[in-house]
Amino acid sequence: MILKIALSIALLLYSVSTFLYLYRILKGPTTSDKVVALDSIGMNLVATVALLSMFYDTNAYLDVILLIALLAFIGTVSFSKFIEKGKVIDRERDN
Amino acid sequence: MSLLHLAIILPFVVAIIIPIIYKWTKKIHTGWLVLPVPIILFIYFLSFIPKTMNGSTVETFQWIPRYGINFTVVVDGLSLLFALLITGIGSLVVFYSIYYLGKNKERLNNFYAFLMIFMTAMLGVVLSDNLIVLYLFWELTSISSFLLIGYWYHRERSRYGARKSMMITVFGGLMMLGGFIMLHIMTDSFSIREILAASEAISQNALFIPAMILILLGAFTKSAQVPFHIWLPDAMEAPTPVSAYLHSATMVKAGIYVVARFTPLFALSPIWFWTIAIVGTTTLLWGSINATKKNDLKAILAYSTISQLGLIMTLLGIGAASLHFDNLSDDIYVLAIVAAVFHLFNHATFKGSLFMMVGIIDHETGTRDIRRLGGLMRIMPITATIAFIGTFAMAGLPPFNGFLSKEMFLESLLNLTKLNLWNADTWGILLLIVGFIASVFTFTYSMIIFFKTFTGKQKAYLLPKKPHEAPFGLLLSPAILAFLVLFIGIFPNVIAAPILEPAVKSIVPSLATNADFHIHIGLWHGITPALLMTVGIVILGTILYKTHRFWKPFITTRVPKKLRIGKSYDKGMSYLEQGSYRFTMTVMTGWLRTYLNYMLFAFIVLVLGSLILTDSLNLKFENLTSVTLVDFVLAAVILVTLIGIVFSKSRITSIILLGAMGYTISIFFVIARAPDLALTQLIIETISVVLYLLVFYHLPQFSNIEEKPRFFSVKTFLSIGIGITITLVALSAYDTTFYDSISQYYIDNTYKEAAGKNIVNVILVDFRGFDTLFETTVLAIASIGIFTMIKLRLTKRRDKNENQ
Repeated sequence: MILKIALSIALLLYSVSTFLYLYRILKGPTTSDKVVALDSIGMNLVATVALLSMFYDTNAYLDVILLIALLAFIGTVSFSKFIEKGKVIDRERDN
Repeated sequence: MSLLHLAIILPFVVAIIIPIIYKWTKKIHTGWLVLPVPIILFIYFLSFIPKTMNGSTVETFQWIPRYGINFTVVVDGLSLLFALLITGIGSLVVFYSIYYLGKNKERLNNFYAFLMIFMTAMLGVVLSDNLIVLYLFWELTSISSFLLIGYWYHRERSRYGARKSMMITVFGGLMMLGGFIMLHIMTDSFSIREILAASEAISQNALFIPAMILILLGAFTKSAQVPFHIWLPDAMEAPTPVSAYLHSATMVKAGIYVVARFTPLFALSPIWFWTIAIVGTTTLLWGSINATKKNDLKAILAYSTISQLGLIMTLLGIGAASLHFDNLSDDIYVLAIVAAVFHLFNHATFKGSLFMMVGIIDHETGTRDIRRLGGLMRIMPITATIAFIGTFAMAGLPPFNGFLSKEMFLESLLNLTKLNLWNADTWGILLLIVGFIASVFTFTYSMIIFFKTFTGKQKAYLLPKKPHEAPFGLLLSPAILAFLVLFIGIFPNVIAAPILEPAVKSIVPSLATNADFHIHIGLWHGITPALLMTVGIVILGTILYKTHRFWKPFITTRVPKKLRIGKSYDKGMSYLEQGSYRFTMTVMTGWLRTYLNYMLFAFIVLVLGSLILTDSLNLKFENLTSVTLVDFVLAAVILVTLIGIVFSKSRITSIILLGAMGYTISIFFVIARAPDLALTQLIIETISVVLYLLVFYHLPQFSNIEEKPRFFSVKTFLSIGIGITITLVALSAYDTTFYDSISQYYIDNTYKEAAGKNIVNVILVDFRGFDTLFETTVLAIASIGIFTMIKLRLTKRRDKNENQ
């Protein structure tokens, strides 16, 4: 019971934190701010899914956790590359 | 397939052969090869005369028996009269055309192929007993007539005339098809004989009057009745043999044929009587007045044809009264039918000869303009004789056949004033007056044709060619017709018993059993009111002819300009074109967003409309699950991102927000306990975000092309509407499940039957693996498509690397 209440509180806190990141995405003066906020939302989601799987008492979502962590990384890298070079995938250097 | 069917098809077969053998027979004029066909048919149809005097011949060829569409051919009096006209005048026209059309200048293979197709079509129209087959041949006459009018297709006027006649006659043909189908609905038969036999029963049907009006529209358009007469003068751009054949003797009488054929059915209604009588007399008057204002001989003849067709139509209308009197002892209303049939025959003879005469003049002098012609009598005496006979027959003077039928016409109009039916005795006098005036004008233009062309001073300096008498070959056909005009004028009873009588009997069926009925056309019938009227017509007509140049400007300039129907056709067509162009330009903007607006609007109207109209709006909230705080928070996140996307000013923000929304949705899947969906959603979301970023490089800035979203725009309203619609549909659909879910089966059998514990995956690859197969195919097609779109550039310059 205590565990459930603790989990609920944690979930609520993460939600509030997600909202704050969302505010940063909407307001963030530069694109980099927004990308970092998105990355952080990804990490928040990792935590949220972990909490939820505890909440539902199942291990079916452990894949999801791993995947979000992975994809958030890929997403952030591609955004960063886009900001840096204007494109995501470089063409092979022509001879 | 009987000999009769083969007779109808024969010209068509010849039409197929002619272009093939044309190449090898360049030395002979193609007309000689064609000429035997109508002659053989003419002789063949002559052999039917003894049979039709005692009844009709019926031959059936099964075509589509399941639908009751069979090629049934019936030869009765009326059909035979037409068949003889078609083949007889057809022979003469083919012979005439051999001398009229040059062997080297003209494309004779086309000409004779079209002409033979037309002959088959026309024979099919008059001999068919089946409505659908009749309609088939009817359309074939329209098409072959279109081809023949546009024979000299390099001329603008020919193309215009062909198009116009096509539009009008095909319009009428389609109307007639509608009428035929209504007849079929009423009687469940396509056979004309069966329909006519059931006339009493169907005259009370609600479809009776619509069917009548539609069939009449078809007949009026084909037979150039006011206001559909406008195509006939423009059809005069055709070669003269075509005008002589199609537009005087045969095709324009197809409408007459239909009216005569359906008289036993529709004459039961006063609407039939009045419509035909009024349209006929209007056409008669309008055509005769217009004929006097024309300068082109062919145009005069065209209007005269219109006027004479109106006359025949009027007679058929009046003759409808005869079906209402059982006691036919005095025969006064049958007289109108006799007159119609007789004049039909007469008109074909004299109008054919007149057209050929005009063709000769055109051929030998180079012009048809009566202002340039004159004094040709001494140079072309034989042509002048033919023209004299033709014009005086048309004017209705003795001893030619036109006199007899005109007398009968006037007598029928006089009888009409005695008709004690449908108020005819009060209004009939009006028709009589109109008929009389029209006859006066008919006399006048007949005199104009003859005297302006053949008498007076010769104007050799105005003529493109040096005039001389035509060769024998050109003169023979009109001479034969002129001889017929004279011969029948003097001995009318030669054709009365064998040809006219069966024809009248097939129009008025009650006469068929009447053995006492015999037509006797007297050349001299004593001094009757009709004869006195003829005298009046001659006197008034002569006065009008003498004063022609004084009143002609009045007719040409003032009166008809307001009433010119041809002009309103042109205007109507151009309005139609411009209107549809403008409509298309307003509706089809080329903007996808406009089309999207149409679709969304239609979606809202249709879905919301049917929701409200079928009373299926069902907003019950009883069986809902409870909503937790997490759901609220996630919904709030999605809402915020959504608003952010809509109002964001840069693309990158939109994409980031879209990614955030996609991730949040995957959390929804987690909450809904769907781990596989959550996994897939996450991957797909990431990939699509990366893809968006990929194409970003090539896109312009957001704000450059998009104005700031305004709140009160069509888009806003449509989006709100769509949102509300979908929400209402979803809410209504919820809790309206009528059966239990079938998912229990999967839960029970996933492991037992398919050896798997993941129920989603087992459904995807085992229970419903077929869908998965094709979704894989979709992905394959998409990837191949993307590859092709990137690599394959057919129009643009090739890449440097590829050239190496």
